[in-house]
Amino acid sequence: MRDARGDMRRPVGLRLWLSGGWLTLLVAGAIFAPWIAPKDPLMQDLFLGRLPPFWESGTEPGFWLGTDSLGRDVLSRMLYGARLALVVALVAGTLTCIIGAALGLIAGYYRGWPDRIISRFVDIWMAFPPVLFAILLIAVLGPGLWSIIIAIVVIDWTRFARVIRAEAMTQGAMDYVASAQVAGRKRFGTMLTEILPNVLPTIVVLLTLEMGIAVIVEAILSFVNLSISTDSPTWGGMIAEGRTSVHQAWWVLVFPLIALFLTVLSFSQLGEGLKDRFDPVLR
Amino acid sequence: MRLLTTVITLFGVAVIVFVVIRVVPGNPIAMMLPPGATDADIARLQAQYGFDKSIFDQFLIWLSGVLQGDFGTSISLRQPVSRLVLNRLPATLELSIMALLMAVLMGGALALFGTRFRDGKTEGVVDVTAGMALSIPDFLWGLVLILLFGVLWPVFHISGRISPALNVDFTTNFYLFEAIARLRFDVMADLAAHMFMPALALAIPLAAIISQLLKQSLKETMHLDYVTLARTKGYGENHVITREALPNAILPTLTLVGVQFTFLIGGTVIIERLFSYEGLGNMAIDAVINRDLPLIQGIVILFALLFTIVNLAVDMLYVVLNPRLRHA
Repeated sequence: MRDARGDMRRPVGLRLWLSGGWLTLLVAGAIFAPWIAPKDPLMQDLFLGRLPPFWESGTEPGFWLGTDSLGRDVLSRMLYGARLALVVALVAGTLTCIIGAALGLIAGYYRGWPDRIISRFVDIWMAFPPVLFAILLIAVLGPGLWSIIIAIVVIDWTRFARVIRAEAMTQGAMDYVASAQVAGRKRFGTMLTEILPNVLPTIVVLLTLEMGIAVIVEAILSFVNLSISTDSPTWGGMIAEGRTSVHQAWWVLVFPLIALFLTVLSFSQLGEGLKDRFDPVLR
Repeated sequence: MRLLTTVITLFGVAVIVFVVIRVVPGNPIAMMLPPGATDADIARLQAQYGFDKSIFDQFLIWLSGVLQGDFGTSISLRQPVSRLVLNRLPATLELSIMALLMAVLMGGALALFGTRFRDGKTEGVVDVTAGMALSIPDFLWGLVLILLFGVLWPVFHISGRISPALNVDFTTNFYLFEAIARLRFDVMADLAAHMFMPALALAIPLAAIISQLLKQSLKETMHLDYVTLARTKGYGENHVITREALPNAILPTLTLVGVQFTFLIGGTVIIERLFSYEGLGNMAIDAVINRDLPLIQGIVILFALLFTIVNLAVDMLYVVLNPRLRHA
């Protein structure tokens, strides 16, 4: 059995600080966007089109990171875009995690026919390339926020199910589980009170990584205009706009790209860092 | 046996694709007609595309067509799906193969380098580089490359497959292979300048995976007796790594490259879009935006077929390269 207290004594590594710090900043920016955004993210002003960021000449006060071709403030749009990115990360990540982990737990702990059914589904799912799956699902569901979330959950639940099943199997074979059974605990109760706490570190790691995947999937789909409606600010939408005008106004592409880059990197580094901390072999 | 499971997988994909597509809410026929169309017009067009029959009949008609190479007619482009798809396939294949070559070269070099200078600072640098490269997806690498080689130091083309000004008449759609075969170096250079960035973006994450796994297997192999024997024979470290350890260490990497290559082909969908590269993936996104069901079906089936062929090829290559299986 793992000693959870042991985790806390190890010094927190630099990469956990950096990635955690960026994500905290991002969450704060997204939550307080209506109060801290300098401008209305949807306000257009063609006279203020393609203003450069503040350190270059020819700027207007208040437009810190410049404007796009329609004169919309880049910084404000990024802050509002962070809201959508984080909502998708949170909702899609959590739903995928709950469904995948629950099925993995049941398959790994109960074994027998539930395991056979769930494992068979996992095998079929893994044989189907994720990109094709995504194309099909979005084609069927139509563009939109919920389509993205559903597509992520439907495609990625196997990630959790596979790993948690293996972990639950290892835990289920241990003595402490047998003792709980001898002590008269119900199987379902044992699963929740004995197995679940012990696979929780793995679940947290997978969830963190999944959130990074969700952010990038949302960005890609809004980049190709298959996300929510075009006027709502999204990082992917901003990147698409910046991509077409990259020679005239690099800042429209660069700033949302930096935000997306740091966010994806932070989620993956946070996940990897947590994995190292939780791993008893490395401790 | 292997072939039979392949056929069953493909059939499964066909069934899933067909059924999923038929659940689509919204009538694709209605979107093709102008707003003033009468019910009779709609019925006539539905009959033309076979939408008036039962789902099972539609599937049988569609499947027998697919087996004869007839994927139906694209709703948005009004051309046979098979022709559209086959015209675009060579572009995607060239891009994928180019990306695979780059990934193998970069990943292999990184792994050999890390093994040669193992247990030192250099290996740490290699590990961190691979780790970073891996945690950033190809889409983001593509954007970074556009900024680097398209804007800051504009040496490569950021969109398209070939400069229209070149005006070359190709007999096939394999532009690059044909240019190589016809020794048209100017055309080759132009194609490469277009292909370089999308291929590199696809290659970077795969290169990272290859380097990590190959380095690990190399390090394990380096402890084996026959490697020690080669050292006592007086061979240098470079010879020992490339001639003795590599042939043995390469097999696990090969299996992984097969699986990862199918992911790379999947990645072309978004990368082709990003670089306005006229391939199958770019067409797939247009098909989804236009909800062009016959075209989506055709593209998905073709991708599935491609993945299956890659997996089969890797299995066969494994047998060829594995000395234990070669004589079995």
